[in-house]
Amino acid sequence: MSNSWPQVTAIARRSVVRTARQPASFIPPLIFPIALMAVNAGGLRSSTNLPGFPTDSFLAFALAVPFIQGALFSTMNAGTELARDIQTGFVNRLALTALRDWALLTGQLAGVVALGMIQVLFYIAVGVSAGVEIRSGFAGVLVLLVYGAIVSLSFGALGSFLAYRTGSGEMIQALFPVLFVFLFISSMNTPRNLIGVEWFRIAATLNPVSYMIECVRSLIITGWDPQALLLGFGFVIIIGVVSLTLAARALRSRMTRT
Amino acid sequence: MTDETNGIEVDGLVREYRKGPRAVDGIDLSVAPGEIYGFLGPNGAGKSTTVHVLTTLLPPTSGTARVGGFDVVKSGPKVRALIGVALQEAALDPLLTGRDHLRLQATLQGVRKDQRRVRADELLERVGLADAGDRKVSGYSGGMKRRLDLALALIHGPRILFLDEPTTGLDPQSRTALWEEVARLRREDRVTVFLTTQYLEEADVLADRVGIIDQGKIVAEGTPAALKAEIGRPSVHAIPQRDEDKPRIAEFLAQFGEPLATSRDVAVRLRDGLGLTDIVRALDANGVEVVDLELRAPSLDDVFLAKTGRTLEGATEEAEAEQQQQRVG
Repeated sequence: MSNSWPQVTAIARRSVVRTARQPASFIPPLIFPIALMAVNAGGLRSSTNLPGFPTDSFLAFALAVPFIQGALFSTMNAGTELARDIQTGFVNRLALTALRDWALLTGQLAGVVALGMIQVLFYIAVGVSAGVEIRSGFAGVLVLLVYGAIVSLSFGALGSFLAYRTGSGEMIQALFPVLFVFLFISSMNTPRNLIGVEWFRIAATLNPVSYMIECVRSLIITGWDPQALLLGFGFVIIIGVVSLTLAARALRSRMTRT
Repeated sequence: MTDETNGIEVDGLVREYRKGPRAVDGIDLSVAPGEIYGFLGPNGAGKSTTVHVLTTLLPPTSGTARVGGFDVVKSGPKVRALIGVALQEAALDPLLTGRDHLRLQATLQGVRKDQRRVRADELLERVGLADAGDRKVSGYSGGMKRRLDLALALIHGPRILFLDEPTTGLDPQSRTALWEEVARLRREDRVTVFLTTQYLEEADVLADRVGIIDQGKIVAEGTPAALKAEIGRPSVHAIPQRDEDKPRIAEFLAQFGEPLATSRDVAVRLRDGLGLTDIVRALDANGVEVVDLELRAPSLDDVFLAKTGRTLEGATEEAEAEQQQQRVG
């Protein structure tokens, strides 16, 4: 069996090169989450006066949100790009080579992960330059990077699954608002224990995105919170395993080569 | 089997789509090593489906196909390793350069790292894209994309090349350049070429042998010369001075042979022993005037007409109208 890593790196490289050559696909995932965070930090600053609010800085509290929002953008971009490859026949071109199925999926996701880590570094840099102190220190930044990579991998796999399954970029774009609903009914703007509306608190508690945000948030404003880390990593790993399994299956039926 | 290395053997191949007709309906064919085989037919005849099956992209519903000695169902990876393919749509990434494409393809095809750049440069030179190699494909013309597609198909030095309508939409100059390259591949590298086309001239000029496919079945097969010789007799085509003269001239010409269905002129396939001079004399003697009178040797279109009752152009138009109707419906 020949070594497949050159294939993985070639596909990953293409993914990164494509993104780098389309500013419209990497600038919005960097800018929009930061812009939304700035707006929220300005408008919701007084939330920090609520008894029991975990920090004095709403910016530090809100910095976790871009991590997940950026990952959602990446999901859509990865899925849309892949759907375009299917529609144009580029996947057929790849299927006609010696490329292995897993190498195609791994390569594409490696590209998504690389871009996801660049996003994480950008969000951290913006937060730190705006005065946010990362309580978990340098080791925490490294964990944030690893977490960003896993989130990108999991959500990227979800985007790949949708692309292989539907083959339609429009369908993936249509699902974008649905994923965003999960973000908005989470603890993105208020800690769960301080959410006054009962149904919203229940929804936020049932929503895995809350735990992903809280995992990132704990590293920024608390330091090392094993429960938050366990729940955050646990949910994203479950999402990742399910998405990867679905994506691998969908890829097999999409690449029907003998 | 034709050959252990470069041939193609197809036996009773059928491919059905779930909600459609039989796209390929029991075809048998054999392509010898180093041969250029032209697969000629109108749109929707089953050419591309056949290529998809032979290149392992689609499993056959029944029948067998061996490419380079390997069964396309049982040994897909082995088949893919020895073939090069340029599909009907040159699926290229508009954001990558020509050189990016070649580098990616070379890596995926397992070309050794130290050979990738050399091979890419050599192929860019060969297909006339040396100067455009570092430009993004979004700026390429249709002809440049086709040439890059051919270079990509050749990156790993395949022994068998599948070209699915490689010159559709190309200007005459690009078409001729591609023909020359395909001929060179066969002549110098002994590459076997399976070429689908809906252009008669292309099959005539390029192919050693031609298979004519219509509605999923091969209706004729042989060298272009042999197929035309089967038709044997030439045809005479007359253009009347006025459209209303057509029936009268058709009736007059019918005494020299059987009428042919054409949209532009009046034509008959000459009976044995008759020539153009016989018709000219008869026209003169009877005072029948025509604008132009032409004697044509049998063409592959005549072969298609004789085998299917339709011209290739007419069959293509029918297929396109049918596809349009399906889209509207």
